[in-house]
Amino acid sequence: MSFAPPPMSLLAELTHRCPLACPYCSNPLALDRRAAEMETADWLRVLDEAASLGVLQVHFSGGEPMARHDLPELVRHASKLNLYTNLITSGVLINDVTLEALDTAGLDHIQLSFQDVDEAGAERIGGLRGAQEKKLNAARLIKARGIPLTLNFVVHRENVARVPEMLDLAHELGAGRVEIAHTQYYGWGLKNRDLLMPSAAQLEASTEAVVKARARFGNSLAIDYVTPDYHADQPKPCMGGWGQRFVNITPSGKVLPCHAAETIPNVVFPSVTTESLGAIWQDSPLFNLFRGTDWMPEPCRSCSLKEVDWGGCRCQALALTGDASATDPVCARSNQHALVMEAATAGHDGEFLYRRFRAI
Amino acid sequence: MSVSEDSILKFTRGHRLQHDRVRDVWLIQAPEKAFIADPIAAAILQLVDGARPLSVLIDTLAETYQAPRETIAGDVQTLLTSLIEQKVLSA
Ligand code: SF4
Ligand code: SF4
Repeated sequence: MSFAPPPMSLLAELTHRCPLACPYCSNPLALDRRAAEMETADWLRVLDEAASLGVLQVHFSGGEPMARHDLPELVRHASKLNLYTNLITSGVLINDVTLEALDTAGLDHIQLSFQDVDEAGAERIGGLRGAQEKKLNAARLIKARGIPLTLNFVVHRENVARVPEMLDLAHELGAGRVEIAHTQYYGWGLKNRDLLMPSAAQLEASTEAVVKARARFGNSLAIDYVTPDYHADQPKPCMGGWGQRFVNITPSGKVLPCHAAETIPNVVFPSVTTESLGAIWQDSPLFNLFRGTDWMPEPCRSCSLKEVDWGGCRCQALALTGDASATDPVCARSNQHALVMEAATAGHDGEFLYRRFRAI
Repeated sequence: MSVSEDSILKFTRGHRLQHDRVRDVWLIQAPEKAFIADPIAAAILQLVDGARPLSVLIDTLAETYQAPRETIAGDVQTLLTSLIEQKVLSA
């Protein structure tokens, strides 16, 4: 087994609890309950291990990471380790007091998500009455403290027409960056795919809105634009390659190469509750399963792009073809590309399945 | 555009220079990404402290590297102008 370079980023999913219920949430369908969450001490140790392994940035995420009262303590610890600390939040739990605690703990950056610019549209997705006002207020509080801010909008067929207004709002609120991310179809997003899928014309219009805004706002607003896979013919290099740059830890301590990897069958999911992060990263079967290019089937194996996109996304290949080691069917060279083309233009009937804890 | 030599530069909030012990490189940490600073950029940026004016930085580099001041000043201007445009630094 060859030596794997250390990960750059850690996505620390502190909890699956969240006051919102977005039908595109990337969390798994089987959410971890509070009782299954790791203790503060576990996370402190994980941060130590991550820093010594070579992780540079920690993204505190969830669910809603602010649902954990130990978040400021974790941020403080990560800052002391010289890790760059990023909070990925819905913002609905931000107020003067909670924000001050994070600020004084040394938080470097906040990514604040909005479901829409239109209040009714936002509530239809997030399912929380009054959330929009809280988010706008959170953005203002963050700005007032001078904490660097990125706004995040997940876009789909119901809100994608409002991309121009989303970009305006980001500018108006003084965010340094905005992310316009077309929905990725994992977890809950996959369940709701037909209802979320934009048309080719919608996609084109949103891309154009981004191009125009880039010209208009220049350096005053950095725009990150994530295109959807399904209207494409070459896959994205998912997570910069399996087990190459990125590591995800779930609320209960499972360590994954990407946040959707819990769907992969016939493999043991390593946990930081029983093994060190370094050992998992280097030696676990899960991280070595699709690392590099040796595992690849044709057409990837003899493709000149295999170290560009790493054969695309394993979880997507699994979800669409039933085989996690297949070429990502987003690729036009895949003999199953028709699956993606059909899904991109499927009907759009039915009701959203909202992200909720299932009754057991 | 060029930066006045009287300017006192600093990293904006959300950006910092950091030595990565594991990979033995200098990095600029930025919102949700990190860039590798090449050795020349790293030498310049290590002097950015929010206290000394640019002229002193250039003098120091010229002295350390025993190079003509104009050459150093040119390199420094190119790097800093672009980092100011990207809002990594502020003057
Ligand atoms: S996508 Fe929505 S439901 Fe999922 S964690 Fe974020 S805010 Fe909560
Ligand atoms: S064949 Fe495989 S490596 Fe080549 S472009 Fe398609 S997914 Fe990428």
